[in-house]
Amino acid sequence: MYSFALLFCFMTAAAAADPASPGTNVFAPQSTPARSILHLSTFVLTVTGLIFVVVFTLLVYSISKFRAKSAAENSEPAQVYGSTQIELAWTIIPVLIVVVLFMATARVLHAMQDAPEPTNAIDVTVIGHQFWWEYRYPQLGVVTANELHIPVSDPAHPTPTFLQLLSADTDHSFWIPELAGKTDLVPNHPNRMWMDPEHTGTFLGQCAQYCGTQHAKMLLRVSVDTPADFAEWIREQQRPAVADERVAAGRRVFETTACINCHAINGTVASGRFGPDLTHLMSRSTIAAGAAPNTPESLRLWIQNPEAIKRGSLMPAMQLSKSDMDALMDYLETLR
Amino acid sequence: MSSNAITVPGIPVEGKTWIETLHEWVTTVDHKRLGILYILYGLGFLVVGGVEALIIRIQLMHSHNDFVSPQVFNRLFTMHGTTMIFFMVMPVLFGFANYLVPLMIGARDMAFPRLNAFSFWLSAFGGLLLYFSFLGGSGLYGAGNAPDVGWWAYAPLGARAFSPGHSTDYWTLSTLVSGFGSIGTAINIIATIICMRCPGMKLGRMPLQVWLYLVMAGMVLIAITPLSAAQIMLLVDRYLGGHFFDTQAGGSAVLWMHFFWIFGHPEVYVLVIPAFGFVSEIIPVFSRKPIFGYPVMVAASVGIGFLSLSVWAHHMFTVGMNSYANSFFAITTMAVGIPTGIKIFNWIGTMWGGRIQFKLPMLFCLGFLFQFLIAGLTGIIQASVPVDWQLSLSYFVVAHFHYVIVGGILFATFGAFYYWYPKITGRMLNETLGKWHFWLLLIGFHLTFDVMHIPGLLGMPRRIYTYEPGRGWDTLNLIVSIGALIQAVAILIFVWNLIISYFKGAKAGNDPWDAWTLEWSTSSPPPAYNFATVPVVASARPLWDLKHPEDPDSQYE
Repeated sequence: MYSFALLFCFMTAAAAADPASPGTNVFAPQSTPARSILHLSTFVLTVTGLIFVVVFTLLVYSISKFRAKSAAENSEPAQVYGSTQIELAWTIIPVLIVVVLFMATARVLHAMQDAPEPTNAIDVTVIGHQFWWEYRYPQLGVVTANELHIPVSDPAHPTPTFLQLLSADTDHSFWIPELAGKTDLVPNHPNRMWMDPEHTGTFLGQCAQYCGTQHAKMLLRVSVDTPADFAEWIREQQRPAVADERVAAGRRVFETTACINCHAINGTVASGRFGPDLTHLMSRSTIAAGAAPNTPESLRLWIQNPEAIKRGSLMPAMQLSKSDMDALMDYLETLR
Repeated sequence: MSSNAITVPGIPVEGKTWIETLHEWVTTVDHKRLGILYILYGLGFLVVGGVEALIIRIQLMHSHNDFVSPQVFNRLFTMHGTTMIFFMVMPVLFGFANYLVPLMIGARDMAFPRLNAFSFWLSAFGGLLLYFSFLGGSGLYGAGNAPDVGWWAYAPLGARAFSPGHSTDYWTLSTLVSGFGSIGTAINIIATIICMRCPGMKLGRMPLQVWLYLVMAGMVLIAITPLSAAQIMLLVDRYLGGHFFDTQAGGSAVLWMHFFWIFGHPEVYVLVIPAFGFVSEIIPVFSRKPIFGYPVMVAASVGIGFLSLSVWAHHMFTVGMNSYANSFFAITTMAVGIPTGIKIFNWIGTMWGGRIQFKLPMLFCLGFLFQFLIAGLTGIIQASVPVDWQLSLSYFVVAHFHYVIVGGILFATFGAFYYWYPKITGRMLNETLGKWHFWLLLIGFHLTFDVMHIPGLLGMPRRIYTYEPGRGWDTLNLIVSIGALIQAVAILIFVWNLIISYFKGAKAGNDPWDAWTLEWSTSSPPPAYNFATVPVVASARPLWDLKHPEDPDSQYE
């Protein structure tokens, strides 16, 4: 009976689905694409589950029924070579099952993949980098990194978000299991996916396509906001960085070291695009693509010794003196 | 060629120094010796690839574990995959092909004995080249040692920009070289089966094992060539300034994926089809009935061979093909389930009304039937494209293909070991150790690979060296790792059994299983010339005819 373990597995995972807590469970869909997939999965699982039960029963029955009664039994059983009728039956029935499964698949496939983009949809361009995410809102003039903000979609007046998926280097894959299936970010091969989350909250995921050394710590956080919160967040992101004279020393450190080769801060000379945009660094709850919380301690460690947080990341250790480091930290603190 | 043409493996001839024996084995062109070399070589890599898997599992035992670095972990899964596919399963299956095909069709050797030896040594050299990367991989750049681009080396990760040094070159060249070896052996198998059958052995009378090796060899010819071409193109990119897969210069990453999977998917069937053969030989003998529906089984095998050439892009449902392409590959993938299902039903039909003896080869084949059933069904689930958008690249897929390769192919291959070991060595494998091996492997396998499906459903992607706590993955991964350790113990018992039984096993005799195919009519181990007189057959079960002159199969043909 060990093979029932697998069915049990599916059921445990299904039972573990808890819509309240942020998770990465494909059985807890919070958006139309993920929900259609779950419905299709349930159908496919039922059909394959039935096939499993039938064939499993046949197997167990034939093994227990036709075991040799005693080792001394000498005569051979009747030598049967086959039967055309039976062969036909177990060819035609699977053909029919395949046709049904394919029809169900094609319907959902077409509905999801070829869905037209409504005019009120939010557009976000997602660019995969080794090992972080860049988000651009072309309609809104916002560039940010690692933490995606999208508005909740009211089922009565859907405002879905359409993601344009690009890659700056190797292949990546964008996967938030509770919002949608995954789609790869392939260089020279733009892709598209969409989601219309039904609830506000934080949704998790991570890069699903092996992209190099730190594939494991290329985490995804999606914040689904109310329309008002989303509009407010966009307004904040559209502002240039504050120019606070009290932290001018730290700003000078930033602008005169290698930081600006890779990072951009709106309203300063820093316009690097190799690393995340830092204009509103402090509005994010994590750093290093989710590898560490955005606290002063971990930010300091990240700048001085990135290997301690994310081995193999492309951020270099900055080797700053104590006083420069303190000044820089004061400056970064103001990037809200 | 050995100086003494009638030397047989396993029987030491007096007065020969070890260096003479070694020389004979290295220079041999005897299909049986090459078969044994292939198998031993594959078993060696089973241990190596297994150790890599264990390190991977120790690293993943709990979240944020620090047993190995991400760099080492990435090398480990690359080497584990490459080793197990190219240098473990393929050599073992080619080894059985070499050993069994001539014996089963009543021939004295393969069609091209020297090509046979050449192919083996090419494959062997490929494996050594891959592992030499641990020493030579850093080249002048000092970056990395063993390849770390994954066993499918998706572009542009394999380009010079992302993979400096020579580690990727070792991967490219070793699979290229062993690929040529595989092509040579495939040509040899086809030529042997077409041209070397004994009198009376019509195509319709060949054992199913031989049919399946014919299909497998045909698929190797078709599947390996695009991989070899792609490897050469990658080398052109890396060293001659080509831009086939160099996306920064306008190359195509998707092209590489197509090249790789038009090799990679048929490859899975290249591996599983000989396993179907083992099962098709073993189940009839231990059910004491002929295979149910022989012609349908042949047709299903050839059908799987053709269909499996048209399913490769089901590995690419998340890559962004248009919905028509996705639909096409969904239906072809589901369609492969039909001939595969026919095979499972025919094996049940063979057992139906038989007198099943639960000897070790049969136990492993029964394990195969249950596990392959599940592996096939989870495959159908993933053929449903939208479902695959969730499951692809997750641990669900890892669980699925290990179900195919370990639960299916490896179990059937262990069955083959217990079944043909007496023929190859003249001695029986120890029954008690065999039972321990079977049950421990079964328990370990199900602990590992049943449970492994769940983290995939809970959002755990594959190929991550560590994972975040609080996602419900920790306990599951711990169970998976414990199962892996149990499997490792089972494999050690098996290896010990192979060694101890070689010296102390009970004498087997010519035909310990009361079987029906030609290899059991000659001595165990067979002489260098296989058969003193070339046999003549009149049915698919020549030894049945011999043992039952009152009711021979030939009467019904």
